[in-house]
Amino acid sequence: MTTTVDTPGGASTGRRVQAGLLLQRQGALIALVILVVFGVLRYGSDFATGYNVSSFTGDTAKYGLVALGMTFVIMTGGIDLSVGSVAFLGGVVAIKVSEHGLLPGLLVGIGAGAAVGALNGFLVTKARLQPFIVTLATLLAVRGLALQIAGARASVAAPGGFQKLSTWSVLGLPVAAWAMLLAFLVGAAVVHYTPWGRQVLAIGGNVDAAKLMGLPVRRTTFSVYVVSGALAGCAGVFLGSQNGSVDTAAGLGWELTAIAAVVVGGTLLTGGVGSVMSTLVGVLLLQLIFNLIVFENGRGDISISSYWESVIRGAFLLVVVLLQVRLVRRRGTGGRPA
Amino acid sequence: MTRAGGSSRSDVPEATTTPSDTGGPVSEPVAAAADGTSGVRRGGAWNRVQWTSWAQRYGAAAAFAALFAYNAANTPFFLTQQSLVFVLLRQAAPIAIVAVGMAIVIGTGGIDLSVGSVMAIAGQVGATLVLHDKPFLLAIVAALLVAALCGLFNGTLVARFGVQPIIATLILFIAGRGIAQLITGGELQPLANPDFQWIGLARPLGVPAQIYIAFVVALGAWLVMKLTVYGRHVLAVGGNETASRLAGVPAGRVKLLAYVVSATLAGLVGLIAVSANSASDANNVGVGMELDAIAAVAVAGTPLSGGKVNIWGAVVGALLLKLLQNTLISHGITKEVAQIIEGAVIVGALWLQRPEA
Repeated sequence: MTTTVDTPGGASTGRRVQAGLLLQRQGALIALVILVVFGVLRYGSDFATGYNVSSFTGDTAKYGLVALGMTFVIMTGGIDLSVGSVAFLGGVVAIKVSEHGLLPGLLVGIGAGAAVGALNGFLVTKARLQPFIVTLATLLAVRGLALQIAGARASVAAPGGFQKLSTWSVLGLPVAAWAMLLAFLVGAAVVHYTPWGRQVLAIGGNVDAAKLMGLPVRRTTFSVYVVSGALAGCAGVFLGSQNGSVDTAAGLGWELTAIAAVVVGGTLLTGGVGSVMSTLVGVLLLQLIFNLIVFENGRGDISISSYWESVIRGAFLLVVVLLQVRLVRRRGTGGRPA
Repeated sequence: MTRAGGSSRSDVPEATTTPSDTGGPVSEPVAAAADGTSGVRRGGAWNRVQWTSWAQRYGAAAAFAALFAYNAANTPFFLTQQSLVFVLLRQAAPIAIVAVGMAIVIGTGGIDLSVGSVMAIAGQVGATLVLHDKPFLLAIVAALLVAALCGLFNGTLVARFGVQPIIATLILFIAGRGIAQLITGGELQPLANPDFQWIGLARPLGVPAQIYIAFVVALGAWLVMKLTVYGRHVLAVGGNETASRLAGVPAGRVKLLAYVVSATLAGLVGLIAVSANSASDANNVGVGMELDAIAAVAVAGTPLSGGKVNIWGAVVGALLLKLLQNTLISHGITKEVAQIIEGAVIVGALWLQRPEA
């Protein structure tokens, strides 16, 4: 299922634009399908079934949740660099209450994430500071806060209920994977069918026009950061629950993984255009590259150093970005940032 | 408060202007007029426009002076050569050098996230060549050339293909560290070559060489921004790219060169880091440098939206953040809490300098 979300007023855009947008959105999906087919053909049932699918989707869930929140923020034309630190914080505070089980952990982790998101949103909307620099500052500060709470060492969860996410599975997929899928379906529905979703895109498209139309620009922008923080906090709880611990390097660089996934999915960083489901495709695609490298190494013919992973990931991002530039240029809105 | 692109009052003003004085320095009426509201300026009293202007120019320096004075009074052994030169200045120098390049890129309306990875690449290239018994000068030049190539890559994506700077430099941020690690398979390379390591270890006149280098880099960049056409072009492109193009500014080349300069300076700092550590460690060299450099530029009141470059501001920003860290840690505050306070200070600084609605 793919959700298509055009710019507000998309009805007036031409057919070529539609075709361009379609390619831009579906390019990642096509690549994903090709890679999956490649994996199945080359590595057989080891790749396509059982343990690999469940560990892959369970592992990807965390990045998926973070990238989902990032999609909303980027749709408004903003950015949230703090998500990695927020996930770290969410995991640490959830582990603090882990003896009470998973649900309290989830609530506390999501609450802590939402609180940081509210701070980001406040600084962006009320103090009118730039999202990039606000969330850069919270990236630093929240990591410090989480380290302080964790006593600057790895936090280990209490045994028992809290760690259920690593074992629970439904229909062969871990609960974390279902949670991610559900979150994306809800996210897509919200963007597609609710006024809030329209407002998010309208703000990213043209914030002045959105204001003149009487849209609650500040409130919506604020809420987008809260959602991003809450999802990042949730991702941190998943991390803690799956691993049974959160080390001090947890969440480092997640913000960039999330941004890359959003961009690969075809959401423009300028805001106003975006698709929630394409972000899911972007996340799966970027993670699948790692998975394939692991399998390729497993065959034993060649050995690809783990250092290649980041190089391949960067090269992949490069290709996607260049393709997008071509499409955006063809759309006639100009490839150059104003 | 956006300034007209090409305005000559880009960085530290040449004349000492007292913002409260009634005569009014040249830039204030411009700012007030740009604001579009009459009656913003009241004779004698400090209004928002004047305050913002003052805070953007001298805020970081004033904060640095205040923090310095506090330390001088309260921190034992602060006013010693060891503490000032070998700790504060020596630690701030690498950040300042990178921040100078970052300030120029930000001036064009861009950002460079790849500086940390470029540091790692340059450090690895230089160290590897020296370890293979190549002349140290060749190693240094080759490392800087590779760094410049990285900048050319970033700049091409931004200027030629119109990729957004965050994304364009994110590519090398991700891939660059992998490339650096692949050069030696992630192994740490110990170094022992006094010639090559001069920039990291030498102490002419008792002062670490990197402090001289930082000063020369900042001075050079300041002169370029102040005196050359390129400096004006950077401001014009960052202020209003479309207008600057229409006015005949080669916006693409201006941006390209900014990324090359930023990456080359990052490469230089990579060499300094590797030399000072007497080892090249691709996993750790330059990690987090992009954040330090951006924070240094932002704390000095340079808007990330472009059109303004404040070279000395970036240097003072680097000094301020380093002094803040050291002050907190020397007063027994943990590194973690220091990080929280640092984040709060960055936000506070930006809030004080925020432009008019």
